[in-house]
Amino acid sequence: MEALIAATIGLLTAGGIYLMLRARTFPVILGLTLLSYAVNVFIFVSGRLAVNLPAIIDKTATGYTDPLPQALVLTAIVISFGMTAVIVLMALGSWLTAGHDRVDLEDGQ
Amino acid sequence: MTLALIALLPFVGALFAGLTIRAGRGVCAAFAAAFTALALLLLALNAPAVLRGEVIQTRIDWLPQIGLSANFMLDGLGVLFAGLILGIGLLIILYARFYLSEADPFGRFLTFLMLFQGAMVGIVLSDNILLLLVFWELTSLSSFLLIGFWGHLAEGRQGARMALAVTGGGGLAMIAGMLILGNIAGSYDLSVILTQGEAVRASDWYLPALLLILLGCFAKSAQFPFHFWLPHAMAAPTPVSAYLHSATMVKAGIFLMARLWPVLAGTPEWFWIVTTAGLITLLIGAKTALFKHDLKAILAYSTVSHLGLITMLLGIGTKAAATVAVFHILNHATFKAALFMAAGIVDHEAHTRDIRRLGGLRHLMPITAGIVAIAALSMAGIPPLNGFLSKEMMLEEVVHTPYLTPWLLAALATAGALLSVAYSFRLVAHGFMGPVRSDYPHKPHDPGFGMWAAPALLAVLVVLIGLMPMTLAAWLVDAAVGAVTGQAVAVKISHWHGLTIPLGLSAFAILGGALVLRLHAPFQRSWDAFPKPDGKAMFDTLTNTLAAIARRLTAFSHNGSLSSAIAIGVATITLLGAYAFVSGTHAVGTRTATPMNPVALAVWLAVVLVTLATLALHRQRLLSLVLVGVIGLLISLGFAWLSAPDLALTQITVEVVTIVLMLLALNFLPKTTPRESSNVRRLRDAVIAGAAGLGTAGLAYAMMMRDFSFPTISAFHLAQSKPGAGGTNAVNTIIVDFRGYDTFGEIIVLGIAALLIFALVESLLSPGPANDRLLAWRPDSPRAGDRHPMMLVVATRLMLPLAMMVGVYLYLRGHNLPGGGFVAGLVFAIALVMQYMASGYGWTAARLRFDYHALIGLGVLVAAATGIGAWFGGLPFLTSGYDYVHLWPLEEFELATAALFDLGVFLTVLGAVMLALASLSRLSVRAGQTVNTRAYDIEPETEAK
Repeated sequence: MEALIAATIGLLTAGGIYLMLRARTFPVILGLTLLSYAVNVFIFVSGRLAVNLPAIIDKTATGYTDPLPQALVLTAIVISFGMTAVIVLMALGSWLTAGHDRVDLEDGQ
Repeated sequence: MTLALIALLPFVGALFAGLTIRAGRGVCAAFAAAFTALALLLLALNAPAVLRGEVIQTRIDWLPQIGLSANFMLDGLGVLFAGLILGIGLLIILYARFYLSEADPFGRFLTFLMLFQGAMVGIVLSDNILLLLVFWELTSLSSFLLIGFWGHLAEGRQGARMALAVTGGGGLAMIAGMLILGNIAGSYDLSVILTQGEAVRASDWYLPALLLILLGCFAKSAQFPFHFWLPHAMAAPTPVSAYLHSATMVKAGIFLMARLWPVLAGTPEWFWIVTTAGLITLLIGAKTALFKHDLKAILAYSTVSHLGLITMLLGIGTKAAATVAVFHILNHATFKAALFMAAGIVDHEAHTRDIRRLGGLRHLMPITAGIVAIAALSMAGIPPLNGFLSKEMMLEEVVHTPYLTPWLLAALATAGALLSVAYSFRLVAHGFMGPVRSDYPHKPHDPGFGMWAAPALLAVLVVLIGLMPMTLAAWLVDAAVGAVTGQAVAVKISHWHGLTIPLGLSAFAILGGALVLRLHAPFQRSWDAFPKPDGKAMFDTLTNTLAAIARRLTAFSHNGSLSSAIAIGVATITLLGAYAFVSGTHAVGTRTATPMNPVALAVWLAVVLVTLATLALHRQRLLSLVLVGVIGLLISLGFAWLSAPDLALTQITVEVVTIVLMLLALNFLPKTTPRESSNVRRLRDAVIAGAAGLGTAGLAYAMMMRDFSFPTISAFHLAQSKPGAGGTNAVNTIIVDFRGYDTFGEIIVLGIAALLIFALVESLLSPGPANDRLLAWRPDSPRAGDRHPMMLVVATRLMLPLAMMVGVYLYLRGHNLPGGGFVAGLVFAIALVMQYMASGYGWTAARLRFDYHALIGLGVLVAAATGIGAWFGGLPFLTSGYDYVHLWPLEEFELATAALFDLGVFLTVLGAVMLALASLSRLSVRAGQTVNTRAYDIEPETEAK
């Protein structure tokens, strides 16, 4: 299973970076979202994989997964919403102000 | 405490100088002078004890973990320097009050001057070398401000930049050297380091430390090869030159060499480096001074020369030589500050400092001429003035110091003295003697008392120290040298030692100097005929080259294109990672792989397919957005399967609000992305992205297949979750209990992000191109027939209380089971957003009675108040507490302060999400979306009629 998850992280990273290298704002935002998924999953699996071992303290539990990366990723997911929202607004603002949604400045602009 | 206060008073004075300038220049100067005088008084009160041989210390722990403490100490050397800094500072304030014109911003000037004074006092009183370095850098910065005080003059700006670059660069070397020194000695406290001389000199790191520290000292004290900055710093107003560039700042390097003398001196390395640098500086400075025409330039090079002399004496490394060095520091400060101030008076009155345009001034400005004559004769070393005393003692030392050959040092030092006599005489002869001229730019006369009082006082000191050295100076020199060498010293200063070799050399220097002045005109012609290396030109070439390289690098990597910046960044990181992978050794992981699961395999396959589809279809924006949402939902399934129910809940809810937000934005943006980039560009991007993806995948796989190399702190959190925080959900207890401070910061960030969105929308809605576009906006896709379908409205109405109940449930159970404030806030937000979607923004907003800004603020306040509550129990901020309560007829339940904190999280998340979405909706209203008055468009009852 580890190999498959690693492949997922790699695919999301590659897709995210490819979209972030596009020339218009919307694909860049989508790329950032994909990259956020990849990073969150990466941090999450740094606690190693565990199936059916949630970090809920219980006398009958046979073991627990690592709670620390989960706590980190939980807040990261919420923060990345705030970040995405700000960037979406900036993209919208530049489209409404400049009349185009290109990411790169051209010469003389 | 008084020592810290002495260092602090000038800084307070700086503040007052800036504040009181509105009350007039006199009041402003009085405040600055009062603070300086107070510091001087405190110093004087401490001086008797120091002169008895005590060392006064003040210790204030600042960051003891890294050895940085605000420790101060006062010994003889400190008394000498602090006395010079504060005493001459007082005179300079008086002089500057009359020197600067009405047009100059005097308050700012005094603020800078007092800042400098405080930094300087800090250097000489510091007992901690890290603290000393802070003050050291502060003198570089404040001198930059002072040299560039006349910002309208190009020379001022260039001189200030050069001084900052040279002394600041030396400061960096100094930091490295001091850190090495502190490491060798095992402490950053000077009082400890000074006892470790043997160990330091024996260390392998002695030479690097010595070289780096000397680099800093030489740069600061304008020693060869860094001597070129000082003459360019003369673009500063004359009070600055007199204060910084003769009496104080340029002596900081010398101070430090004297301060570290017991630790660093006495080795061949020290002798050869320091003595040679001092000797070269002495000769170059003296020779150049002879041929300059600007009064201040002559004085600047003569200062360079005398600093070289003092450095050379410190380099010799004997107690007697150090004594002469200290005595000459005192003498040089008196006569040179007087000369600078007098040069300023000449400039002020005659409107020129060019010695070729002066002459005969003794008839027009007799007082100034008298001051210059006394100070210049002292500089030349004419008996009985104080300069003669230290020069005789200097010659006595060099005669006994072999340098390559027994007599070389004496010969070169005598040559330096001879040149010194020549330029000192020239100052008097060419500037003040001779007939009165008719072509001065401005008819000069002596200034008012206020302006000549300060230099006159110094000239009186020059004479008095010269006449009564044992009464006025010997005790101070004894104390200072005692501090430098660590041994008790009783110096004998006298005018007459009998017919000795030094006396002969001295007489030779005076006669030779007079002869050189006689032949000055032919010498000057041959000097002018030869090209000379220009320090400024070299410095400019160096800095321009560096700036050009930096500019080219920036133009390449940051040319305004985000995609190339990202491409360069990602490619660099990937290449570095690849290099690390190839050059290192690696083995396969030791963990056993988690067994495959058919359902998980299906989900994985779906993620891969949907991601590929997103990439293939990314030009169709709506479709790709839906696909990204699908990826998010699939990932939340993965979280649920891999024992992370909290993450699964958060991921689902965040995904919903993110997609809604992006849909709202997409409403205004183009619906498709044009195909623009070339095939080559796309291939390049695919290669970069693919390589980065491959690297990340490899890294993730390698990490997952290995165990931790050392035990993590997770075990602690699992073990303490129940007994320490009272909750069984370890993820939630980490968020609200163990790492509550992090969470507190995170909700503040989230709140700020939402406020930023609000502010951005405000600016878009204010008059401007964006607002015009919104007003003229026409929907570019067909609208639905009914904007607010009845079925949706009815369904969301039913779901509103249910969804809120779920939110409350998730919040309440969060401490023990998956849930918590983050998820609950998101669920509430979704419940409200559903109303927006069903009945429209305007309709819903009119019925929501709470302000989202207030909600964010309330959330942060509730969380903060919970944290502060811990203080009342005598515990640190955000310490959580809990207890079990039994309330009939309920079963026993838990009450935890963490729940209150989680309430703050809940409120902030709800407020932030809603504020972001509501702000976006305001754009739609501006773009002409009508606000419906009814909940749904087709009213069944009215339609039936």
